[in-house]
Amino acid sequence: MPIISIRDLVVEYDGRRILNGLNLEIDQGETMVLLGGSGSGKSTLLRQIIGLEHPKSGSVNVKGTDITRCSDGQLKHVRRSIGVAFQSAALFNALTVEDNIALPLREHTALAPSIIDLVVWIKLAIVGLADFGKLYPQELSGGMRKRAAVARAMALDPEILVFDEPSAGLDPIVAAELDEVILVLKQAFQMTVIVVTHELASAFRIADRIAMLHEGSFLAVGTKDEIRSSKHPRIRQFLDRAPDETEHVRIMQAHLEKYLRSEEVSR
Amino acid sequence: MTTLLEGAGRRTLKDLDYLGGLSIQWWAAVRALKTTLPFTGNSYRWKESVRQMLQIGVNAAPMVGLMAMCSGFILAMQGASELRRFGALHYVIDLVSIGFSRELGPLLTAIAVSGRSGSAFSAEIGTMKVTEEIDALRVMAFEPIEFVLAPKYLAALVVVPCLSILANVFGMLAGGIFMFFSTHLTLGLYVRDIMNTIQFRDVISGLIKSLAFASIIVQVGCLEGFRVRGGPDAVGRSTTTAVVRSTFLVIVADAVFTAIFYFTGMH
Repeated sequence: MPIISIRDLVVEYDGRRILNGLNLEIDQGETMVLLGGSGSGKSTLLRQIIGLEHPKSGSVNVKGTDITRCSDGQLKHVRRSIGVAFQSAALFNALTVEDNIALPLREHTALAPSIIDLVVWIKLAIVGLADFGKLYPQELSGGMRKRAAVARAMALDPEILVFDEPSAGLDPIVAAELDEVILVLKQAFQMTVIVVTHELASAFRIADRIAMLHEGSFLAVGTKDEIRSSKHPRIRQFLDRAPDETEHVRIMQAHLEKYLRSEEVSR
Repeated sequence: MTTLLEGAGRRTLKDLDYLGGLSIQWWAAVRALKTTLPFTGNSYRWKESVRQMLQIGVNAAPMVGLMAMCSGFILAMQGASELRRFGALHYVIDLVSIGFSRELGPLLTAIAVSGRSGSAFSAEIGTMKVTEEIDALRVMAFEPIEFVLAPKYLAALVVVPCLSILANVFGMLAGGIFMFFSTHLTLGLYVRDIMNTIQFRDVISGLIKSLAFASIIVQVGCLEGFRVRGGPDAVGRSTTTAVVRSTFLVIVADAVFTAIFYFTGMH
């Protein structure tokens, strides 16, 4: 039985359709990468999966609960089994890194303070930040902030770990390190991992399956090899990093050629 | 004509939507207040409430005191210039004491707190919105109203009436200093006259107004923050709107309360 099941999901903003009747099943323990270009709807889909927004129609079942129709109490219960590492890390700047990670433990568990301190240290050690717990988020580098966000997302040992653009804004080495952290976490804790990204190298490194989004619809959902060997023109264009042949590009090109010709004539 | 009516209708609906949002948020905040109480509530919320009390109240005390003294002098001098012509200079004491306890104390405090803390609430929550911290709270199964707004609300309900009393004291003190230099009335006799002039209900009506003003400032400031959409420029706009709207609503509420007290015979 899939841990997440999305059925006929339609999302609209101000009458503009963003997600167009999506269907997707994510199995327990698999790493699903939602891949797509800017504006393809992948972050919107992610916000639906974590229950931050309501769809126009359709359902999102997480662990058997339809989070689009459940009560606030049920939604809170489901959310405790989901950890989210946001694109901007979204750490609380008024709290130290330690306190950021301790926050859900203090609020949602009855653990003694000494146990909470130990759990926080373990989570920080897993992401390689054991010595940085006393610092504030603004004192960390971009990569360290993202790793701290992963540590916070893991605080309650969630069954589902969600990453929104983990590589965004990071240099290739730090991005690759974060990919390794994701792989280690998955191996060690057998979590279901959902990653939203447009970074091909990262997607093909960490994914078990890839769902390719374009203009609010899935072009393909399959294993890395299936996506890599796809003949779909849009997928090929995305994988080959080929630009769109749009009208304004042609017009700009014509203007440039005309300008260069006039420069040559004037010389 | 149709366009004019359409515009008026749209504006009315927008204002009603705003007031509806404000009412819903206020009710949620009232329900969340119990979590901020000492002993019975959440200890972290109570600590945050105390921190807010220091920020809203203690740090604002010098400014409120100075504003009240200046206003006290202004009121006493303006009143004296007219009352002297009728040989009724003694009534300056009534003017200052009743004017401050019923009206100026709470109003000056509200204007100071609105400009100082209302804008800060809006900026803080707006920034949390832009940096996805509010989303992070929600996915960690926290209620942003309870976590962010309720401690501020409790703090304001405690410290705004205290600041109003402080403003009353400083305003009346300014009147006493003026009377000493203009009529050589000793401070002891001035205090005795004030105690004879002010009635308990004058102070109570001022404190009731203070509680209403505190509610308006916190709810408007926080609602503007929660409604931020976009980037840092939206945060800047929200702080301006928070101060303008809360000051406007404070004055409207003041008029309504004064009318109620007048017609019910409380004044």
